[in-house]
Amino acid sequence: MEKIYWQSIENYKEIQKEGVASNEKTPEFAIKGLDESELKGKSSRRDFLKMMGFSVSAVALVSSCQMPVRKAIPLLNRPKDLIPGVPNFYASTFFDGDEFCSVLVKTRESRPIKIEGNELCPLSQSGTTARVQASVLNLYDDARLKNPLKNSEKTDWKSLDKEVTKKLNGFKDMGKEVIFMTSTIISPTTTKLIGEFIQKFPNVKWLQYDSVPMSSIREANKKNFNKAIIPFYNFDKADVIVGFNADFLGTWLLPVTFSKQFSKRRKLSKSQNNMSRFYQFETNMSMTGSNADYRYQIRPSEESAVLLKLYNVLSEKLNSVSYSAPKVDIKVDKVANDLLNSKGKSLVVSGTNDLKIQLIVNAINNLLGNYGKTIDLSKPINLKQGDEKDMMAAISSMESGKASGIIFYNVNPVYDCVHADMFAKSIKNLDLKISFSPILDETSKLCDYVCPDNNYLESWNDAEPVAGYLSVVQPTIRPIFNTRQAQDSLLSWMGEDIKFSDYLENNWKSNFFKRQKEYSSFDKFWFSTKQNGVYRLSEKVNKNFKFKVTKLSADKPQKSSIELALYESVSMGSGRYANNPWLQELPDPVTTATWDNYVTISLSQAKEMGLKQEDVVKVNGKVELPVLLQPGQTPGTIGIAVGYGHHSAGKVGNGIGKNVYELSNITSGRKNLNGTNINILKTDKTYSLALTQTHHVMEGRPIVRETDLSSYRKDPASGNEMHQEFIKNEDLSLYPKPEFAGFRWGMSIDLNSCTGCNNCIVSCQAENNVAVVGKEQVKNGRIMHWLRVDRYYSDMAENPAVFRMPVMCQQCDNAPCENVCPVGALTHSEEGLSQVAYNRCIGTRYCMNNCPYKVRRFNWYEYVNNNSFDYNLNSELGKLVLNPDVTVRQRGVVEKCTYCVQRIQEKKLTAKADDRELKDGEVKTACQQSCPTDAIQFGNLLEKNSKVNKTNDTERMYHLLESLHTVPTTSYLTKVRNINA
Amino acid sequence: MYNAKIRGVLIEGDKTYADISSDVTRPMLIDKTPVWWWVASFVASAMLVWGVWGFYNTIVNGIGTWGNNNSVSWGWAIINFVWWIGIGHAGTAFSIFLLVLHQKWRTSINRAAEAMTIFAVAAAGMFPLIHMGRIWDGFFIFPYPNTRGPLWDNFNSPLFWDVMAISTYLTASFVFWYIGMIPDFATIRERTVSKIKKKVYGILSFGWVGSARGWLRFESAALLMGGLAAPLVVSVHSIVATDFAAGVLPGWHSTIFPPFFVVGAIFSGFAMVMTLMIIVRKVFHYEQYVTKGHLDAIARVLTFVSLIMGVAYIIEIFVAWYSDNPYEMYIFFHNRATGPYAFEYWAMVAFNAIVPQLFWFKKIRSNITVVFIISILINIGMWYERYVIVVTSLSKTFLPATWHSYSPSVTEIAVFVGTIGFFILGILMFMKFLPMMAISELKGILKETGAHDKPDFRDVLKAKKKNKK
Repeated sequence: MEKIYWQSIENYKEIQKEGVASNEKTPEFAIKGLDESELKGKSSRRDFLKMMGFSVSAVALVSSCQMPVRKAIPLLNRPKDLIPGVPNFYASTFFDGDEFCSVLVKTRESRPIKIEGNELCPLSQSGTTARVQASVLNLYDDARLKNPLKNSEKTDWKSLDKEVTKKLNGFKDMGKEVIFMTSTIISPTTTKLIGEFIQKFPNVKWLQYDSVPMSSIREANKKNFNKAIIPFYNFDKADVIVGFNADFLGTWLLPVTFSKQFSKRRKLSKSQNNMSRFYQFETNMSMTGSNADYRYQIRPSEESAVLLKLYNVLSEKLNSVSYSAPKVDIKVDKVANDLLNSKGKSLVVSGTNDLKIQLIVNAINNLLGNYGKTIDLSKPINLKQGDEKDMMAAISSMESGKASGIIFYNVNPVYDCVHADMFAKSIKNLDLKISFSPILDETSKLCDYVCPDNNYLESWNDAEPVAGYLSVVQPTIRPIFNTRQAQDSLLSWMGEDIKFSDYLENNWKSNFFKRQKEYSSFDKFWFSTKQNGVYRLSEKVNKNFKFKVTKLSADKPQKSSIELALYESVSMGSGRYANNPWLQELPDPVTTATWDNYVTISLSQAKEMGLKQEDVVKVNGKVELPVLLQPGQTPGTIGIAVGYGHHSAGKVGNGIGKNVYELSNITSGRKNLNGTNINILKTDKTYSLALTQTHHVMEGRPIVRETDLSSYRKDPASGNEMHQEFIKNEDLSLYPKPEFAGFRWGMSIDLNSCTGCNNCIVSCQAENNVAVVGKEQVKNGRIMHWLRVDRYYSDMAENPAVFRMPVMCQQCDNAPCENVCPVGALTHSEEGLSQVAYNRCIGTRYCMNNCPYKVRRFNWYEYVNNNSFDYNLNSELGKLVLNPDVTVRQRGVVEKCTYCVQRIQEKKLTAKADDRELKDGEVKTACQQSCPTDAIQFGNLLEKNSKVNKTNDTERMYHLLESLHTVPTTSYLTKVRNINA
Repeated sequence: MYNAKIRGVLIEGDKTYADISSDVTRPMLIDKTPVWWWVASFVASAMLVWGVWGFYNTIVNGIGTWGNNNSVSWGWAIINFVWWIGIGHAGTAFSIFLLVLHQKWRTSINRAAEAMTIFAVAAAGMFPLIHMGRIWDGFFIFPYPNTRGPLWDNFNSPLFWDVMAISTYLTASFVFWYIGMIPDFATIRERTVSKIKKKVYGILSFGWVGSARGWLRFESAALLMGGLAAPLVVSVHSIVATDFAAGVLPGWHSTIFPPFFVVGAIFSGFAMVMTLMIIVRKVFHYEQYVTKGHLDAIARVLTFVSLIMGVAYIIEIFVAWYSDNPYEMYIFFHNRATGPYAFEYWAMVAFNAIVPQLFWFKKIRSNITVVFIISILINIGMWYERYVIVVTSLSKTFLPATWHSYSPSVTEIAVFVGTIGFFILGILMFMKFLPMMAISELKGILKETGAHDKPDFRDVLKAKKKNKK
């Protein structure tokens, strides 16, 4: 211790005192009036209580304010096979009652976001249609019912089941009939289930109903072959195809399969310099007809006469029986000659639901020996099983009081039946009306019970579209709402304690597993079928069919009145997708109109009647629709698309267009879209249409380059001479040529294969989160589609040739857009992609001006979370369809096709992780993947043997507007028509 | 009184130096603000308010409120931008070109022309801003050091050159204008009796005392600024022209554009000066400073420039035909000379190339009303020229499938009217608060060009008043 010295006695005393004091606790610092505890922060019990009271109330206050809920997936227990950011694909099957397609469903974080074609399916062969592509959006439709309903009030499944079972049993005991009205069922297991349901309730009468029926083909085959079937058509085996009002590339039977077959014979290469020739006789200008080499305009009433004339010409040459035929002006010698030259390698089809016509078609095909070759009776198509006679019987049994209940599954007859009003009235008095409709549509609105069916992406099922071609439907997401698959409902009403998924598996085990020899264990069989999505039974089938001759006759053609030809549009089909904004905004492949149906009328007819585009006419005094001048429309006829005019479809589809099913033609009990005699009256009104294209001819510019087959054979560069001229000076430039190492992505589009089905547009829209902008904006020329299919007519004449050209960003190496961006938001990647940095874009739109292809799109408004655009991007549910790999663009930025850069990147990363080189064909753009005609090839231009290079290796190749020297990496192949020069 | 005139009379009415000072400062110091000024200001403000609504609507809801579409993505905004920039050309053209050419008659006009330039360029500058899809990110356009890489602008883009050229031009014009006003501010400061005005003009005059050294510095500063600004007359509008000429579009991709635009800009600028000066001399009774001789001189310049315009139009058509380029030919022969935009095209030709040729006749040149009407027609014609360039080329480019027409929306019209309101309001403010003519420069030419044998200006006024009574 330090020694202390004292200096005096006083001092000593003081020191002593302090020493004593230092033993006491002295505060480190003191402030007068405050006690120590407060200064040092030690709190008393009271303080503690005070503090706690404050903090509890503060927390309560803060937590009662809404805080953003951030959803995240906790991976403490990661679900099997679910890696955030990595997509899972499930093979499944699309079937909506009209159309079949085997699909792969891409799911991200357990939600389906994209439909892809299934390569393994021998029928659809990785192709899809626009409707199939858009079907994923129906899963996220705001109009979907979220609960079962009883008299439009929410109810629960238990009490619903109880009540329905009681009623069904009551009817059974009383022997009262219950009608079970379904769409065509192609599912073998569902058919079996319905059979058991009927066994349990024998009073149930099953009736299949098609809104656009094709029963006459079955009837004709019953007469000719004693089998009521629709045979399988092989368009790829036919050298000459003759179609009569058959939109087989767009909507008729199996459009994807037929497109695949058709395009196979339209491709030209060094090894294949032959292509099929396609004649089309039709009333409206259809998408299919616009691809014809020769197109003839006929009135609906002339169809049977033309066919019979053709038959007579053929039979004369082939020494067969002739029939008396009414006179028609249309010349058929050319067709007849071509048909005779390719006997057994030709195909005649008609899409008209008229027995007379189908009998003549059969007779012609028989005369030409096409059965067993281009037409396969041993592989019947199971679509369109409905028979209108059953429907009429049902209506009469309802009206007579014989039936007291009705169950609707996947049908909406109050909307699409010819006598919709009568039908609605006749079901009103029934004691039990049940609908399985997933939305409150026109029919289910009138029902006591609505048992919302699952979306097909939430369901288990199977399908057999063509005999022996099996396909599975498996769920890709748990039911989003309190809905139940219709099959499960049936099972529970039958009192069966089994789920339909098990029922399905059992059926496969007991049925199909036994009919195959490939797999020894059922688990393996079932697993691989689910994985592949399809299974083909190789069973021996009866191939012996004898043709029974029937007497042929034809109607007398009419000349005086105006005839109506209704048609299914490529986007709306029979009308199931009215609430799907992607399809509503999809331009019609022929008219380029969106968001409406309309009256197509020929130019001469319009002139005669003093009608202008967008004038409103009254059809049969009932339906008011605007006029659209349609080159190629047969004079004296008009065309209207069915599938529009819903009033109970949901926020998007209600009130779009007019319902024209009531104008269908009923002849001898058959519902035929063609041939109603109508009158049209001009009104004073006009109604504006939203067309995506306002100019329809090429003005002599070398845009779509074409030639004919014989010139092509002489010189493959024919029609493309300009390109040969151009490549001589191609490298003349002041600037150094851009160089690439590794990758240079390129695309090749075969204009000869492309049929203009618009599947790519919807596929691109789904993949790239392209916004729907609505009719008003489409009319203003602000559609957002990154990919468009330009359609040109040779001239604005009565029957012009049609050209189509899919145009997306051409990814120019000398991109005119890139150098004008003031902020440098546009860059050229080392792989040849023209890139947009959305974040950097300030929206001067200079790039849009300077793009000669006009493929750049501006976000004129905020399209997301904006209630002015009440489609799918303003609802929590609708936004679930967004692809998380692609940025959703803000208002004020420019966007465009990226060649699906996210797909390129994904595959590159996969290859890198596997430590291997990226294989050719591994990266598939969205438009390419599901193209039903394989018109699009994509790959690395630096790889010599890549598919895209091989496709480009022809004199047919050229670049769009190549004279501008933009050096695009997208190339086109000339269109070759199989016509006699 | 002073020396005899050599070059004809530029200032009439036997003015003294004191007369000039008092005449020019009269509106600021003596006259009560006239009623028409209030009325005009009210109208201009109303226009501006509507314009503010247009701005608001555009910024809040998006460019979708305009009439543009994916094919015609530039419309009125760019037309008006180029139009205003053209009008804004008069200031420098007068101050510098005529200075270099020793045209003394500029002295009574250049101040107003420069003021016009400032407001016109400011009005023009609003368009590129409001035209942006994301105005909140507009600062991206400036090359500022940043942490994004750094991420620079695209120095190859004509739009970037535009930003630089216009901001330089605006700054230079403003500084030149302001420097010229400093001695005049001091004059007002000395003459005013209002304390506030004394203070304000005192600050504005930067403590100008009129010393010999001050004058020396002033002269050299003006000269330097003039020398620096001279190239801008050519650069601004030729760079604006490259916005189009650097594009690939038919009707745009043309080497004639830069000189063609500069000439067009001088044309519209002079026409606007003419319009403005006719109004100013009338309402402020400056007939003796802005004489008929002045207007005659402007009219002669307009006649000559109009000839150049006419030649340019003919050359454009000829080159389109001579090029044998189908796209170019289509634009000129099917979408301009004929077709849906034929009216606009022929209005352009008539107002710019034909109507001004009437100035060959002295009778017309000296009829102020006719001259006034023609000057306005020229401005309309020049607006149509920009309309024709922007809309006809964009509406029908290479692929006919993408052709789309264009018409403006209410919001776009509001924005344009708003900028007109802004311009008029600016000019009115200028008339009220700033000296409309350069006092010192007028004094500088008084000796040689004053009309000294004519009766005094005030006597004339008195006589007029007596006559009225």
